[in-house]
Amino acid sequence: MTALTDGTRLAGGVAEETPLRRFLQEFFASRLALGGLVILAAILLIAIFAPWISPQNPYDLAALDLLDGRLPPGSASADRAITYWLGTDDQGRDMLSAIFYGLRTSLAVGALSAGTALAIGTTLGLIAAYIGGRVESLIMRLVDLQLSFPAILVALILLALLGHGVGKIILALVVVQWAYFARTVRGSALVERRKEYVEAARCLALSDVRIMLHHLLPNCLPPLIVVLTVQVAHAIALEATLSFLGIGLPITEPSLGLLIANGFEYMMSGKYWISLFPGVALLITIMAINLVGDRLRDVLNPRLQT
Amino acid sequence: MTVFILRRLMQSALVLVVMSALVFLGVFAIGNPVDILVSPQADQAEIARSTAALGLDKPLWQQYLVFLGNALHGRLGNSFVFNEPSLRLIVERLPATLELAFSAMMLAVVLGLPLGLYAGLKPETGFARAIGVGSILGFSLPTFWVGIMLMMVFAVELGWLPSSGRGATVSVLGVEVSFLTWDGLKHLILPAVNLSLSRIALVIRLAASGTREVVHMDYVKFARAKGLRPRRVILVHVLGNILIPVVTVLGLETGAVIAFSVVTETIFAWPGIGRLIISSITVLDRPVIVAYLMMTVFLVILINLLVDILYSALDPRVRLGEGEARA
Repeated sequence: MTALTDGTRLAGGVAEETPLRRFLQEFFASRLALGGLVILAAILLIAIFAPWISPQNPYDLAALDLLDGRLPPGSASADRAITYWLGTDDQGRDMLSAIFYGLRTSLAVGALSAGTALAIGTTLGLIAAYIGGRVESLIMRLVDLQLSFPAILVALILLALLGHGVGKIILALVVVQWAYFARTVRGSALVERRKEYVEAARCLALSDVRIMLHHLLPNCLPPLIVVLTVQVAHAIALEATLSFLGIGLPITEPSLGLLIANGFEYMMSGKYWISLFPGVALLITIMAINLVGDRLRDVLNPRLQT
Repeated sequence: MTVFILRRLMQSALVLVVMSALVFLGVFAIGNPVDILVSPQADQAEIARSTAALGLDKPLWQQYLVFLGNALHGRLGNSFVFNEPSLRLIVERLPATLELAFSAMMLAVVLGLPLGLYAGLKPETGFARAIGVGSILGFSLPTFWVGIMLMMVFAVELGWLPSSGRGATVSVLGVEVSFLTWDGLKHLILPAVNLSLSRIALVIRLAASGTREVVHMDYVKFARAKGLRPRRVILVHVLGNILIPVVTVLGLETGAVIAFSVVTETIFAWPGIGRLIISSITVLDRPVIVAYLMMTVFLVILINLLVDILYSALDPRVRLGEGEARA
């Protein structure tokens, strides 16, 4: 509540207001977004420090005890050393540790592929908007073609042809996602290109690359950031889906999707925790990213505010 | 109109050729197509015969043409696992997938339209807010996770509905369908709900934002001023005008629903093409993979084409706008 009144008072006209401060104030005016950001930060910390905070290294086979297999949540291990707060899977793996490690893989794959797609899409989108002509129609035709196919079908085609592996799934996700970035960047770069500061930069005989990167790109950032958050969430969800189907990440790089798939076969016999908890972790991650993304869209794009 | 249809037809044909070339090159790039298109158990003589039959001694572009010709005749190789023509396997399982996909689309319209309409007409009410939150959830929850939860609650814990398979089917015009028997219907509910959730969310969002726009239009105000019953204003004037974008987007989503049925079919063991392709990928049954990809790509392109033509017939601005879109 205080944040809200502060925001209105400041909007009333205080001299030292900077765009960044106004942005932060508007962003945190929504408690939901603040909650999302806090959860997201916590998840990131867990993912980064997973090896140090996990009760057990779930992929060190020496640390696993098959006698502990499929224990319900809250049971103690056979040697009484640790308590399995979220139960164990069929290998006697502590689910909490497995989820920590899984978050690490899921987030890394999601961020890496969305980041690569961002770089490729932005470059092509800027080139399309700046150069125009045949280059533009070629790039935009590709974008249209890409977007006319459902994401999961494109991923299926690529994975069916290329096979499994971390690199391949990242490649598939990049191929699925680059078009969204290209379309977004081109849209806003087309508007910016006609503005006077770009003309001024041209009159100064600055190089095309410099104009694109230093003048056009910074002004296309707001919509790009919004698309990035959405696409990171998408990438994580799609990777989990493909891993669940068994055509995503290999068993050596267990992501949340794979953990859920492992538990799926035991669900029928009432051993719900092997599937349920990784699913909840996946869900919280995706929801947190979406909450932050939704708020970013509202704040960064005044046209959408009602 | 004819010009527009012809141009779209040409574009679709081009896309189909490009996609088939990609699939062909993909298959070719992985390795020797003989290994891919001929059973691994084949002996030397058979491999030599197949190499000649497949035209693998010819240059690449000629091979591609042969591949295209074979594909047009429905010859995409025999499945290693079933030892049957791969295309026949796909066609046999297609009705199950289509039934699932269309049930999901029906649910999306039947549930999504009224909810979205309500949320758009009375955005301030608590129920409308709940619908909004629900549609965000429907968008962001991964389909497979929702499917698992549905199965856990309704099939495992409560035991109300069966968890897998298609149930009893009835043959209608030579096609097996399950929605006409009670048992089949029970089997259909969970997978259809699972597949439709994100589309319901989509329809809600489209309908709600469309309604919010339309209620402020002059023709709606005029209809109210004329003293028409509110029910008639909503059903004829509001609904009639939000229907075009909803139907268009939903039409374009049909391809995605068919592709996404891969997930739902795997969870609920629904005997459609989605389940076939996943098991084929795991055992590397490449002829089936190629047949599935060609079939789905063809379906998606066909659906996009039909929706485009329908849309331009409904809304002439699309056709007229073609020229100025580049400006």
